[in-house]
Amino acid sequence: MIAELGHFTLILALSVALIQAFFPLLGAQKGNNVWISLAPPAAIFQFLLVSISFACLTQLYITSDFSVVNVAKNSNTAIPMIYKVSGVWGNHEGSLLLWVLILSIFGSAVAYFGNNLPPDFRARVLSVQSMIAIGFYTFILFTSNPFERIIPPPINGRDLNPLLQDPGLAFHPPMLYLGYVGFSMAFSFAIAALIEGRVDAAWARWVRPWTLAAWLFLTGGIALGSWWAYYELGWGGWWYWDPVENASFMPWLAGTALLHSATVVEKRDSLKGWTVLLAIITFSLSLLGTFLVRSGVLTSVHTFATDPTRGVFILGLLIFVIGGSLVLFAWRGPKLINTGFFQPISREGALLFNNLGMITATAAVLLGTLYPLFLDATGGGKISVGPPFFNAVFIPIMVPITIAMAVGPFLNWKRADLIPAFSRLKFALTLALIMTALTWVWQKNGPMAATLGMGLAVWLGIGTLSELATKLHLFRSPIGAWYRIKRLPRHKWGMSLGHLGFAIAIAGMAGAGGWTKESIQVMQPGETVTVAGYDFRFIGANHIRGPNYTSVAGKFIITQEEKLITTLVAEKRTYLVTDTLTTEAAIHTMLSGDLYAVIGDSEGKTGAFVTRLYFNPLVVWMWIGTLVMVFGALISLTDQRYRIGAPKRGRKVTVITAQ
Amino acid sequence: MPDRLIYYIPLALFCVLSIYLGIGLTLDPKALPSMLDGKPVPAFKLPPVKNRDNRGFSNTDLIGTVSLVNIFGSWCAACRIEHPFLMELATEKKIIIHGIDWREENPNAGGNWLKRYGDPYSLVGDDPYSKAAIAFGVTGAPETFLVDKKGIVRYKHTGPLNRKIWTNLLSPMIEKLQIRKGS
Repeated sequence: MIAELGHFTLILALSVALIQAFFPLLGAQKGNNVWISLAPPAAIFQFLLVSISFACLTQLYITSDFSVVNVAKNSNTAIPMIYKVSGVWGNHEGSLLLWVLILSIFGSAVAYFGNNLPPDFRARVLSVQSMIAIGFYTFILFTSNPFERIIPPPINGRDLNPLLQDPGLAFHPPMLYLGYVGFSMAFSFAIAALIEGRVDAAWARWVRPWTLAAWLFLTGGIALGSWWAYYELGWGGWWYWDPVENASFMPWLAGTALLHSATVVEKRDSLKGWTVLLAIITFSLSLLGTFLVRSGVLTSVHTFATDPTRGVFILGLLIFVIGGSLVLFAWRGPKLINTGFFQPISREGALLFNNLGMITATAAVLLGTLYPLFLDATGGGKISVGPPFFNAVFIPIMVPITIAMAVGPFLNWKRADLIPAFSRLKFALTLALIMTALTWVWQKNGPMAATLGMGLAVWLGIGTLSELATKLHLFRSPIGAWYRIKRLPRHKWGMSLGHLGFAIAIAGMAGAGGWTKESIQVMQPGETVTVAGYDFRFIGANHIRGPNYTSVAGKFIITQEEKLITTLVAEKRTYLVTDTLTTEAAIHTMLSGDLYAVIGDSEGKTGAFVTRLYFNPLVVWMWIGTLVMVFGALISLTDQRYRIGAPKRGRKVTVITAQ
Repeated sequence: MPDRLIYYIPLALFCVLSIYLGIGLTLDPKALPSMLDGKPVPAFKLPPVKNRDNRGFSNTDLIGTVSLVNIFGSWCAACRIEHPFLMELATEKKIIIHGIDWREENPNAGGNWLKRYGDPYSLVGDDPYSKAAIAFGVTGAPETFLVDKKGIVRYKHTGPLNRKIWTNLLSPMIEKLQIRKGS
């Protein structure tokens, strides 16, 4: 009954979406106010219907109703409640339902909070949103119905993939989807603007908070995924350039570019066509990402081929959404006339430089991810592109961007001079060189990239702080600076924190990528192995029993120069229903690095085990850096500009040149 | 107007992309992508591993005999698991095994590792900067390529080799390759 209710409300949501896609758009074209005013209530109604549908599926999971195929395949009575709930989106069908739920949340948010938008513009935005939703509803209803029944129902379910039974991964997909789907807002705004043939500062102000929110969630989601890979896969690595990771990284890169170019539209009435294109690209990559992850166009190609209808449907949807919007862009794009002009050396120039770098990086990642497919399609055989390619291509692109990131905020709008900017960066440059030299002396055998990374981190970090200090006149009048701290607009804080967080994360990545120390061996109980100056003493392993798994837990006592640091318990779990193994690395986090222990197979009968012990320097700085970035985005989101006094459309916005 | 044409570039690029995606859908995907399958080994010339020998390893060394090229590294845990089996293969003298020591950060690490755990390889090249590894399309270590007498890659195995894979898969393939005279 509940399954049927969920199914039925989803069909209803589709019909509401059809109405919402058609009438408001037509109304906006024809000037029919009744049809225009249909959009907001329709969006809210859609949200209610999808929520009911989602609640139904959740209820089915909570009560372990195995008469529903989806629940039977992805749940079990023995798993803890939290994973019963996260199992809802831990599979293809359920994750698509989560996708449309989030889409409807964003849609109803525009309907509810968007009173400062001109009604016809809002109607167009909601109509475009609804078109996307229609694509997903039909995809779910025709090819991936989560409410399908099975007769006779199995006695117990097949269990959720043990790798997903983890707090980090339980919340990773919703975060990621909030990011992906959040970019649909920028997309809908861009399409609506193309239909109207007008993009102005007010448009950029509406788009920015949505983009920022999406970016914030995507950043968090990617970090959560990376963190999960770090502690769950048990290899001490945190980024594998795996197609699934790339799928979430590409919209992040393009979205970062979008955030920066939207500023230029807002402040300088320039780069309009480019910004609209970026909005389209970012969401297109999000769509691609959704499908790469869930349907595995690339990763696990065989699961995809088993159901060709899904593949054809997905391709059709991509062609309709992306191709359609690009046709619209080709047709209407030339109408967007830029009025602001700028010299290459200027704030706009720096932001454009960022954009070009980010888009080149996106293209490189896209090429690397899809290259195996290209080659296969042209009969070139099957290959896979690994981390060496990505590192060789991606890092050189990011270096100039990072260097420019410290310089850009010092430049004036329109036209600027590099010499004063660099003179303010002397301090940062000096410290960066000192850092590089010290690191080089300290880690002579380490990779050069990591040494340079540390220098870059200092350059960007100190450069960002110098810019903040200059803005606050911290050294000229320290007392006045206190008042200026409060008056500095929040989006400026957001920028500074964003860049600072990035600098901190670079340091973490350099440390963790460059100087990891590891040791793999067979250890007898009582044996001690030294890694990077830390003595790991293996106490022994015993068997423990979890709710739906058994586990071998190896205990280590870690000391440094006879001083106790910590005890670590590393587990190797066997999940009983699916008979799969997972590693649960034991990690002790310190600012200088992580102590990381993994237990492998037992050797012989003496209680000896294969162990992998790591010292991963500076890893925690990656997570701290990400948190700072996310926090910066949050601060920027609360900027007053986006809440009150949002300007009416078409009002001439006076441009204030900084400094 | 040529200016307007710029706005068609994204559309044109997407058209190309979707054609490929479309072709991709019709292809029968193999479970394991075996990259250079049936293609000659890419040209490479690697220096020797420190403290082992002074010979080095290059693609021309692969002509004349059927051999295995094994990608390994002292940092790679799965290689350590695979290693005893490679040692067994080497003592049984069933096939020549060459090694590519991949991504060593410490130049001494590879040589020390081979001293500690045994050295099953005929020739070993040092590849700290992934020069050969990128050409081979290596995704991770260990990876093993079966190369025929003409220096053509016949099979790629991802992950540690073991007795089962050897008896069921590699050994029959190798026998066939060795019988084919001159090829």
